[in-house]
Amino acid sequence: METSTHILNTLQVEDIRNQFPILKRTIHNKPIVYLDNAATTQKPMVVIDALSHYYMHSNANIHRGIHTLAEEATAAYEATRTAVQVFINASCTEEIIFTRGTTESINLVANTWGRKNIQEGDEIIISEMEHHSNIVPWQILCEEKKAVLKVIPISDEGELLLDVYRQLLTPKTKLVAITYVSNSLGTINPISEIIQMAHNAGALVLVDGAQATVHLDIDVQKMDCDFYAFSGHKIYAPTGVGVLYGKKALLEAMPVFMGGGEMIKEVSFAKTTYAELPYKYEAGTPNIADTIALKAAIDFMRETDVAMIHQHEKELLEYATKQMLQIPNLRIYGTAENKTGVISFLVNNIHPQDMGVLLDNQGIAVRTGHHCTQPLMHRLGIPGTVRASFAVYNTMEEVDRLINGIQKSIKMLL
Amino acid sequence: MGESSTIAAREAEIIEAFALLDSWEEKYEYIIELGKKLPPLDERYKLAENIIKGCQSTVWLVANYSDGKVFFKADSDAVIVKGLVSLLIKVLSGVTPQEILQAQLDFLQEIGMMTHLAQTRSNGLRAMIQQMKHYALAFQSINS
Repeated sequence: METSTHILNTLQVEDIRNQFPILKRTIHNKPIVYLDNAATTQKPMVVIDALSHYYMHSNANIHRGIHTLAEEATAAYEATRTAVQVFINASCTEEIIFTRGTTESINLVANTWGRKNIQEGDEIIISEMEHHSNIVPWQILCEEKKAVLKVIPISDEGELLLDVYRQLLTPKTKLVAITYVSNSLGTINPISEIIQMAHNAGALVLVDGAQATVHLDIDVQKMDCDFYAFSGHKIYAPTGVGVLYGKKALLEAMPVFMGGGEMIKEVSFAKTTYAELPYKYEAGTPNIADTIALKAAIDFMRETDVAMIHQHEKELLEYATKQMLQIPNLRIYGTAENKTGVISFLVNNIHPQDMGVLLDNQGIAVRTGHHCTQPLMHRLGIPGTVRASFAVYNTMEEVDRLINGIQKSIKMLL
Repeated sequence: MGESSTIAAREAEIIEAFALLDSWEEKYEYIIELGKKLPPLDERYKLAENIIKGCQSTVWLVANYSDGKVFFKADSDAVIVKGLVSLLIKVLSGVTPQEILQAQLDFLQEIGMMTHLAQTRSNGLRAMIQQMKHYALAFQSINS
């Protein structure tokens, strides 16, 4: 292991690790090395406690009740909205819509703003590195509206070709839907520049923040994106809760998504009027418990010190990259200059699944396959990769175990 | 492994072979070896209709029926899956459709490889077994 100084010393990382009960598990009789954080992060005790505390102390349906439990549950639920607003620096809580996750957030925009504003011949721009959830909703919309889906290509290093993007933008471009960080390659896209170019062309921008939110400082006002989508479970919160941020004026003008309880002002058989923001988009009883626990996750990140987390992840990435490049015939996919917490790789012609199985037997959890980015894999001319992705609780020793694990697997397979 | 032996005898032989392997490394090295030894399927069989697509790896399966017995050939692009495919062929190739349909394939549990069957979406192994049974069913109906 390296001896240079790190942002977090061993004791500090140990202190963080102790807050995640699952990290004490063994897999195949070895202490787990969890490096599948881009798929989902593990949960700290404060998040697990928030969930059980809600069910043990405050469980009630929110917003309509006048009894104490309902008031407590409502207050906790709305406290998360405020926490999210502060976390991503939205201008007000009305701009924070709770969804099931990034996928639902993107689908919400496609089905409301998209269906209202996209006409025949209009253009939507995505990129070659998008996750399927930022491709398919737009494909469905374009098919329905006879609109055109355009794709920003990438370089061999995994960076967007901005010159081509510039040319793709036309007066017909209505929306650019783009990921901030690539889940397969780790590339951090120059999001402000992308947004400014779109705005100059008169197009709106939806940012897929599924991967970025845990690794980067998010300031939606500074970024000036029109929509920002992310999932709770990738930022140490439970599954089943996510966020759609939208600029207030846009959200106000958009038609409703799902109809039902919670989202109405008045209902009669002749005419229904809808609730104000943000409730207009939150039909039905929401995922109260997980949403409340999302605040605990955000508090955890802020208390651990977000800047320190990011620096620690950067160190892990740099160390792992350096070590991996020592392995003969190992090729890293995604070598952008600006990169975060993800390393995708292949060794010789070893099938990623074979590598994944042998790493699992050594207690090391990585993801293998196409990572829900089949068009990107097609562009790279590979069926998939092995992907290691980092979080705040990972250590340099775990990187060493990964490197040893890869070497051992190669020996067994070749 | 004689082609005339029963499925039960074949399974017992595999279980016995694995019993000699102490560590997970030895077990997987053996499976990888089996995968490498399984002759690759002739390219002319690697057709869309013979593909059993997993989310990550692919299996190709071809079946023939001769003298009342079903003969399988298969391949995979992932070597561990290919090794497991090789074991399934050892057990299920060269027996009657009836025997294939009745096979429980408990040996996979015995040798500690059930997790690979559980990964239904990723490797197509469970779908391969189903497909082998479908072939057996089809050949059986030719018989009757």
